[in-house]
Amino acid sequence: MAELLRFATAGSVDDGKSTLIGRLLYDTKSIFEDQLEAVERTSRDRGDEHVNLALLTDGLRAEREQGITIDVAYRYFATPKRTFIIADTPGHIQYTRNMVTGASTASLALVLIDARNGIVEQSRRHAFITSLLRVPHLVVCVNKMDLVDYDEAVFNRIKDEFRNFATKLDIGDLSFIPISALKGDNVVHRSENMPWYDGTSLLHHLEDVHIASDRNLIDVRFPVQYVIRPQSTEHHDYRGYAGTVAGGVMKPGDEVLVLESGLTTTIESIDTADGPVEEAYSPMSVTVRLKDDIDISRGDMICRPQNRPQATQDVDAMVCWLTSDPLHVRGMYGLKHTTRNVRAQVKDIEYRIDVNSLHRDETAETLSLNEIGRIKLRTTKPLFVDEYRRNRTTGSFLLIDEATGATVGAGMIL
Amino acid sequence: MTAPTTYELSSLQALEAESIHIFREVAAEFERPVLLFSGGKDSVVMLHVARKAFWPAPIPFPVMHVDTGHNFPEVLAFRDSTVQEMGLRLVVASVEESIAKGRVRERPDGVRNPLQTVTLLDAIQQGQFDAVFGGARRDEEKARAKERVFSFRDEFGQWDPKAQRPELWSLYNGRHHKGEHIRIFPLSNWTELDIWSYLKQEDAPLPSIYFAHEREVFQRDGMWLPVSEFTSPKESEEVVTLTVRYRTVGDIPITGAVESSAASYDEIIAEVAATRVTERGATRADDRLSEAAMEDRKKEGYF
Ligand SMILES: Nc1nc2c(ncn2[C@@H]2O[C@H](COP(=O)(O)OP(=O)(O)OP(=O)(O)O)[C@@H](O)[C@H]2O)c(=O)[nH]1
Ligand SMILES: [Mg+2]
Repeated sequence: MAELLRFATAGSVDDGKSTLIGRLLYDTKSIFEDQLEAVERTSRDRGDEHVNLALLTDGLRAEREQGITIDVAYRYFATPKRTFIIADTPGHIQYTRNMVTGASTASLALVLIDARNGIVEQSRRHAFITSLLRVPHLVVCVNKMDLVDYDEAVFNRIKDEFRNFATKLDIGDLSFIPISALKGDNVVHRSENMPWYDGTSLLHHLEDVHIASDRNLIDVRFPVQYVIRPQSTEHHDYRGYAGTVAGGVMKPGDEVLVLESGLTTTIESIDTADGPVEEAYSPMSVTVRLKDDIDISRGDMICRPQNRPQATQDVDAMVCWLTSDPLHVRGMYGLKHTTRNVRAQVKDIEYRIDVNSLHRDETAETLSLNEIGRIKLRTTKPLFVDEYRRNRTTGSFLLIDEATGATVGAGMIL
Repeated sequence: MTAPTTYELSSLQALEAESIHIFREVAAEFERPVLLFSGGKDSVVMLHVARKAFWPAPIPFPVMHVDTGHNFPEVLAFRDSTVQEMGLRLVVASVEESIAKGRVRERPDGVRNPLQTVTLLDAIQQGQFDAVFGGARRDEEKARAKERVFSFRDEFGQWDPKAQRPELWSLYNGRHHKGEHIRIFPLSNWTELDIWSYLKQEDAPLPSIYFAHEREVFQRDGMWLPVSEFTSPKESEEVVTLTVRYRTVGDIPITGAVESSAASYDEIIAEVAATRVTERGATRADDRLSEAAMEDRKKEGYF
């Protein structure tokens, strides 16, 4: 049974993210002949010195014209040990919202750093966003080692500097690998050019990193997504609450509490189209039937009487601002949290974070595009929330511009 | 099911769970969804997962087929039997009707595929559909690799790849105004191999042309085209009888067969796992037009 690992790239523009993904796909023989031919042809036509492996993910016309990544590309490959979903994200600051998109579902982030330039503002911003999104594993790839003579001292200097910065961040698991995405050193195979490095290749690391314990199997959380009530004679009395388990392990016979009513009942059965299951856990999509007929609809939350999320209209959160129209105090937004849609007003901006120094500016009155800060919101109806650090699903929300419908903010509850 | 002690899902189970989540989200938040059903393998998987998402209730939306008039008869027969067995409501959007009504004009080369966009957008408008499920996968093509699961379309049905909404976690934003709609891709993260493994696991029926069979074919532009009502060989093109199967299902004039003796799911899975050419590269003339052919069509409102 192959396990699934989702990972994302991060780091500054031109540090080699797309090239690395291309290299990883190429050296694991995950590229098809026609794709490779197309990339070779394009590289040749443009007069590139090498086959430009970044073209394997930079699929949009504008990206190829400019030689940069604009939006996330998703790529897939598998080894006998694992299957991988890769999100190759853009490094350019203008497209930070797309980097956030790619990183939000990742279990691991590869932060690339150009060995010649060392850590730059964008490396810090992305590392910070990664830790804010609580991507549990972070691998710093010091890239373009071929351009610094595979020098151990360069690698160590960057490693020390990053470690130093990372002490101020909340990063669970941090590792460092010196690579050349262009030449393939330490990507799939251990490099002979860096005998001083005694760690594993990047692929080896991706195959072995322990991800099973990253999910919350303790706090039962089941946001009701959809009520299933067949209008048929065969299933006349069927009433099931469909949704995706957001935390904990649910079993038939468990006593549960339903928010917002606060009523308690017992799980009668947990159904799927393939038959009932004995246990349901994240991220299974199931349908729960309950012993008692109580009024439950989309947006309600099933949990345990002794372990419930906080029901609140006052939300304290970190937000990443994703649009050019700044967030300001008293602004009203649509808010989507689990399966609940409410409206929210910004009550206060507590501070804005300088991503370089991690200094908190408490005088901030707005958050502009790509800025990150801590805010207080008041919602029109209660939300059933956990801290994001405890549960990525019940701790996250979107802010939506009510006029355009655009997603303008990504929130992580504190 | 998986071993209960580890609480792990296999990657296929995780993909299915994600797709079910997407179907339910759309059913809950949209007024008039519709599912594009071509009879191709991806739309078969889509329909199969949709059935699971709402079980034991029926699928709460209709399906739509954009009929170019150039279909494989086996696929049309499969479409109709599936619709009947599952008790679905089928909307047929016909390219031939669009031509008759003067909405589009037949191309000199007779290829209907590019004309579908107008027919599709007209049908979406007429049915007032606000969510349109498509079976596209990100591993198919480089522009598709860039698209969101919930992909916003403006009032002209256009996709703007440079202004996609951020899409975080599993929180999908389906807001739109009247006249705009959202394309929904529940199989975004599936690969061709996942599709086949799933079809086998679920023992789901497919149109017969996916499995090896004997067919009279001739070679044109490096593809094996069938001798059919819509495609006949020129004098210089020699007709041979080969054992072939199809990797994708499109219009007859632009869909090539591949030489293959794979007649069962297991044999197809072995073949797909070993193949060195993408399914679209191997079999689709429509993608060979230019480097950004798919991106350009998608911008105009194609699937
Ligand atoms: N010498 C050398 N050049 C590299 C290496 N990795 C990448 N490059 C080059 O660096 C340039 C930028 O690479 P990309 O992969 O497009 O960078 P990126 O990080 O994806 O950039 P954005 O996505 O736009 O942020 C290209 O010209 C690559 O060929 C490396 O290991 N060594
Ligand atoms: Mg890139």
